[in-house]
Amino acid sequence: MSFFAVENLGVRFGGVVAVDGVSFSVEQGEVYTIIGPNGAGKTTIFNLIGLIYPPTSGRILFEGEEVRGAPHHVAQRGIARTFQNIELFEHATVLQNLLIGRHRHRTTNLAEELLFLPSVRRAEIAQREAVERVIDLLDLAHYRDSLVAGLPYGVRKVIELGRALATEPKLVLLDEPSSGLNPDETDDMAFWIEDIQKELGITVLMVEHDMNLVSRVSDRVLALNEGRVIAEGTPTQVQSHPAVVEAYLGGGE
Amino acid sequence: MRFIFKTDYDQDIRLFQHGGQVFWYGLLGVLLLAAPYLVSGYVLSQLQFICIYSIVGLGLMLLTGYTGQISLGHAAFLAVGAYTEALLQAAGMPFVVSLTSAALLSAAVGIIVGLPALRLKGIYLAIATFAFNVIVEEIITRWESLTGGNSGKLLKAIEIFGFRLSSPESFYYLCLALTVLAVLVLINLLRSPTGRAFVAIRDSEVSASCMGINLAYYKTMSFALSAALTGVGGALYAHKVGFISPEQFTLVQSIELVTIVIIGGVGSLHGAVLGAAFIIMLPQGISIAKDWLPDSVSPAGLQSVVFGLILIAFIIFEPYGLYGRWLKIRTYFDVFPFYRRGTFRRQRTYLRSERLR
Repeated sequence: MSFFAVENLGVRFGGVVAVDGVSFSVEQGEVYTIIGPNGAGKTTIFNLIGLIYPPTSGRILFEGEEVRGAPHHVAQRGIARTFQNIELFEHATVLQNLLIGRHRHRTTNLAEELLFLPSVRRAEIAQREAVERVIDLLDLAHYRDSLVAGLPYGVRKVIELGRALATEPKLVLLDEPSSGLNPDETDDMAFWIEDIQKELGITVLMVEHDMNLVSRVSDRVLALNEGRVIAEGTPTQVQSHPAVVEAYLGGGE
Repeated sequence: MRFIFKTDYDQDIRLFQHGGQVFWYGLLGVLLLAAPYLVSGYVLSQLQFICIYSIVGLGLMLLTGYTGQISLGHAAFLAVGAYTEALLQAAGMPFVVSLTSAALLSAAVGIIVGLPALRLKGIYLAIATFAFNVIVEEIITRWESLTGGNSGKLLKAIEIFGFRLSSPESFYYLCLALTVLAVLVLINLLRSPTGRAFVAIRDSEVSASCMGINLAYYKTMSFALSAALTGVGGALYAHKVGFISPEQFTLVQSIELVTIVIIGGVGSLHGAVLGAAFIIMLPQGISIAKDWLPDSVSPAGLQSVVFGLILIAFIIFEPYGLYGRWLKIRTYFDVFPFYRRGTFRRQRTYLRSERLR
C-alpha cells in the first residue's frame, strides 16, 4: 500500500478530456513532481485531488483510504495545497493568514469563543506558537503584522507556502512554487522544499516548469501530455525520455 | 508615531493594544454613561436610536463586512425581532425571555435564509435576500390575526425583574449595555478561529475550503449570528418606537441598513457604529439645511436623494467608509510631516486563480 495514490483518474469537461486515466503513486517522504507542457492537465489533477471538481473516473487513495467528500475534508485528512496564482486572504494580516491555516487544529467551540474564555486565550497562544515555527522557518517575522494586500509577489508566494505548512500536513501539494519568482527567490524556494522534505518529513507533490528546480529537489518525476502519462522516473530519466522531448519540442519528421 | 514592540503573544490578543486606546475608549465610556445628565432629551433619544442601529449595523457588518455575503433582506430580521418582542410582551412574557426569543427566532430564520446563500453569490444573493424581505413584509401584512396587519402593534414599556424602564434614561442605559455587549461579543468572535474562518470565506472561498473550513457551516453560522443581532436590534426598535407596522420593514429599510455598513466602512466594527450615527444624524442635518433651500424642494423626496448621492459618493471616493477616512486623518497626524497620498492607495491585486466554481 502506497502513501498516496491516484488510480485511473480521469475528468472530462464537455467534449474535452482534460485528464485521461492517470495513475501514479507517491511514497512517504519523497518529492514527486508532475511536469508537462501547458494544458497537459497538471493543475486539473491538483484540483481533482483537492475535490474542487469531481472526477469522471478513478479514485484517489491517501494512507489506504479513499479521499472523498468536500474540499474541506481533504484538508482535514492532512493534505494542504498552494495555488498557481496565489489565493491568499488579501485583507488579513500575514499572521491571520497563517492562523487560518491552523483551522483544522481548532480546539474551541463557538460558545467559548463568544465569551473568550481562558481556554480560548490559551488555545490562541498555542496556535501562535505553532505558527511561529513556520514564520521562523520561512523568515516571515518582518511581515508578521502586515496586510497581505500590500506585499510583493515573491513574499506572497512564501506566505502561501507558510499557510500550507501551518496546517501541519502529511502531504503538501505545491502548484508551480517558482512561477513568477526571480532566480534568487527560486533558489530559496528550492532550499525550503528540501527543508520541508528532510526536516519536517512532509511528503511533497508538486507541479513545476523550472527544470533546474525539478532536478534539484525531486526524487521522481511524472511527465504528462494532453492528459496522459508519457513518462515516469528519476529527473534525468524523464528529461531524456523520447516521448517527453517530443512533447516539448515536437516530433521529428 | 507609535511603535508597538511585541514581546508576548497576549499582545496580539488583548482588547486594548496600548494605553492610548484605554484612555480614549475610557473617556468615550464615561461620556456615554454621563450622557443623560449632559444632553437634552432630544439628543438622548437620538443616542438611543444610534445604539439600536449600531446593534443592527454590527449584525450586518458581520455578514457583509466580514463574511462577504450581501443581504438586502435585513429589515425582515428586524421585523422578526420586533414582532416577536411585541407578541411575547403582549402574552406577558418577561423581557429577558422575549428578547432571547427574538434573537433565537431571528437566528432560526437566518439559518433558513442562509441555506440558499450556500449556492448563491453576489448579485444573486442580493436578489434572493431581497425576495425574502418582500415575503416577510407580505406575511406581516396579511397575517392579521397574529400581527394586526396594517393597523400594527403597540408596545408597553419594558419591565425587567419587576423594575419598569419607563424613563428615557433607563431605556438608554439598556440600549447602551446591549450595544457594548454586542461589540464585545463580535470582538471576541473576530479574534478567534470562527471569525478568522469568516474572513477567509470573504477573501477566497476556494482557499478557505482548502484550509479545512466548511463553507456551508460557517456561512450558515454567519447568517444566524447576524440575524440574531438584528433581531435584538428589532426588539429594541419596537420598544423605542412603541408602535410597529409592516411599512417600517420594507426594502427601503434594508437598503438603509446596507448604507450603514458601506458608509461606516466595510470590514470594521467601528464602521458599523459610525455608520449608524451617520444614518441617524443625516435627516437632522437635512432638515437644518432645508432652511436655506427654496420652498419648491420637498423635504420627503430630498432625503432619499441625499441618501443615494452620499452612498454613491462613498463608494467612489471612500470605499473604506468613515472609518477608513478617520484612519487616514489619524495616520496623517501620526507621521506628520511625512504622510504621502499613496499610503492608503489600493494596491494592484495580482492575478488570482481562475474562479473554480
